[in-house]
Amino acid sequence: MSEGTLTADPPAETPSHGRRGGLLSNPATLFRWGVRLVIALIVLTPPLYFEPSWLRVGQYVMIGAVAAIGLTLLTGQAGQLSLAHPFFMFVGGATYCVLGSEDAPGKVGFGLPSLVALIGAILVAAALGLAFAPVSGRVRGVYLGVATLALVYVGLYLGQQWTSLSGGTASGRPSPDLNLFGIKTLRNDPEISFLGQAMEREQRVWYLFALLLLIAALLAWGAVRSRPGRAWRAVRDNESAASALGVNVPRVRAEVFAISSGYAGLAGVMTVMWYRLLKPDESEFAGTYSIVVAIAFLAMILIGGLGSVGGAIAGSVLVFGLPGMLTIMIGGNELFGTSGANAITPAIFTSFVYGAAIIIVVLFEPGGLAALGRRLKATAARTQLGSTLLSPKGS
Amino acid sequence: MNTFIQVMVNGLGKGAVYALLALGFVIIFKASGVLNFAHGSFVLLGGYVAVRTQDDLGFTVSAILGVATAGLGALFIERVLVARRPLADPIALALLTIGVDVILTEEIIRRLGVELPFLGRPYDGKPIQVGDITFFRTQLIALAVGAVLVTLFFLAFRLTGWGVAMRAQAENREAAALMGIRRGRVTAAAWVIGGVLAGVAVLFLATQDFSGSGLSRGTHAIALVAFPAAIIGGLDSTEGAIVGGAIVGLTEALSAQYISFEFSKVAVYVVMLTVLIVRPSGLFGTRERTRV
Repeated sequence: MSEGTLTADPPAETPSHGRRGGLLSNPATLFRWGVRLVIALIVLTPPLYFEPSWLRVGQYVMIGAVAAIGLTLLTGQAGQLSLAHPFFMFVGGATYCVLGSEDAPGKVGFGLPSLVALIGAILVAAALGLAFAPVSGRVRGVYLGVATLALVYVGLYLGQQWTSLSGGTASGRPSPDLNLFGIKTLRNDPEISFLGQAMEREQRVWYLFALLLLIAALLAWGAVRSRPGRAWRAVRDNESAASALGVNVPRVRAEVFAISSGYAGLAGVMTVMWYRLLKPDESEFAGTYSIVVAIAFLAMILIGGLGSVGGAIAGSVLVFGLPGMLTIMIGGNELFGTSGANAITPAIFTSFVYGAAIIIVVLFEPGGLAALGRRLKATAARTQLGSTLLSPKGS
Repeated sequence: MNTFIQVMVNGLGKGAVYALLALGFVIIFKASGVLNFAHGSFVLLGGYVAVRTQDDLGFTVSAILGVATAGLGALFIERVLVARRPLADPIALALLTIGVDVILTEEIIRRLGVELPFLGRPYDGKPIQVGDITFFRTQLIALAVGAVLVTLFFLAFRLTGWGVAMRAQAENREAAALMGIRRGRVTAAAWVIGGVLAGVAVLFLATQDFSGSGLSRGTHAIALVAFPAAIIGGLDSTEGAIVGGAIVGLTEALSAQYISFEFSKVAVYVVMLTVLIVRPSGLFGTRERTRV
């Protein structure tokens, strides 16, 4: 890799053939499960204790995380710069509404079960990503980044014109309720309570999104660590060498674009559920599916470390989480004593933060948070306690 | 027929502005290998300084001030940020400029608040009637200014020492450095020119005639059209930037007239995608060759 390449690839792991001891016999294994338990608690307990407004911030972060994981696979692992994520989100959201809603005057709907609509939305987004292969397969590097920008404009135009599908910019169309094996997500039907806390809409959506994010992250980790991930990195680093090693380069490029689009499609479904509304944007530079959002996703994966799944999630906490958190914490929209039309709102402040973070990452820490984390881990591993807890599996 | 002539003239006037933006963009790319996503924020920076000073200093002085600020802003970004990572890969540097763009744009938009100030008082909103045909003065002046600046640039590019140095560097960085060409200076000059051209472009962009809206986030979005213009022509071709700008301007004007206003924005990108599928490096761009 040349100097200055921005990736957060972990050093190649040597496969461990150590004994698989009991859970308690090995401090390192125990520590690893401890970390997993803490993460599980962080994800599972907020619905029991937090206000719905906080839960909505968390849900939004999870939407961003799913989309950013898709983008980090494409841009970080496979080296294809894309700004088209908002377009595929819009496609996913619209497909979900069209497939899952009942037919209504002026609005096409197929009335399929919502779970089928969810899967259909992912598949349609992925299929459109595949249909972009003639461009994504031929156009390289920064050219591809600009080429994908075209899709954002196409999405904007179709969303405004094709109102029987999108609902139009004026009113949009409502999101179908996701019925997960009898449990509705957006309504209290059936009523459930868990540890004395009623599981209402925000709690349900939180758990649903956490489940979707978990599946998305596990699939991505699996792909990165196995054959597809190796093919992506080979294509990214040197296409000629990859093809000499037997990697079908055009096919891999098309596949990873489709997979990434599928992730964006899922994020689109989640977005529609979060707003409880599908509403096409009115302009290309402000809105749910606009260029600004495409840039926010790029910021997430860059800050987290290009190619790192965990980093994508961390990036989303910063970029998608900070505005909501600040708004709740300061109880308003005006920071630093500014007010009125020129106020520094949490959204603007967040833009400053992630704009600066992008610059800092490129200049000083090209691997992003992922590399930072690995360095901390390496430092910790040099201590007595750290080396026991962080040692590779089974050693 | 009259409508057609009118649309063509307007399209070419818009094309001239896009060509200025695309040319600056291409010069920066040629000299430093950076796809400058911050170009739109240079546009806003120049425009902001011009609108803030035009009441006190008059249009001409404020315009010069705005253009100079855009050029200096670009120089600052190059010296302080981009020049620190001369060997970084192109995508990393493109992302770096995205970071710059986000900060600069948000701050200027915040400062503008709900105002949408217009530029171009001497020529904006004063159409000329020739027979049945209405010409917008802004577009005509843009065309003239564009032609002059582009000619000046190409003369400098062909005849001056800087132009030769720049072409040598774009051809082969290492060889140019070995011949004693000072990379830092050539690159810095390229960024200044890019910024200056963006500063000139905004004088026409934020007008009634051109966009119907004053300096705003919309201006930044219009400046993004420099991307397709540069890409259509080929990112490393200065002639291509002019052709690309004209194609984009005409596409936009013709499709707005004969199809629909909403479609005109998409039409530009559809043309760009078509060009990319046929020629992945643009019409005049150098094709990338891979050697094993």
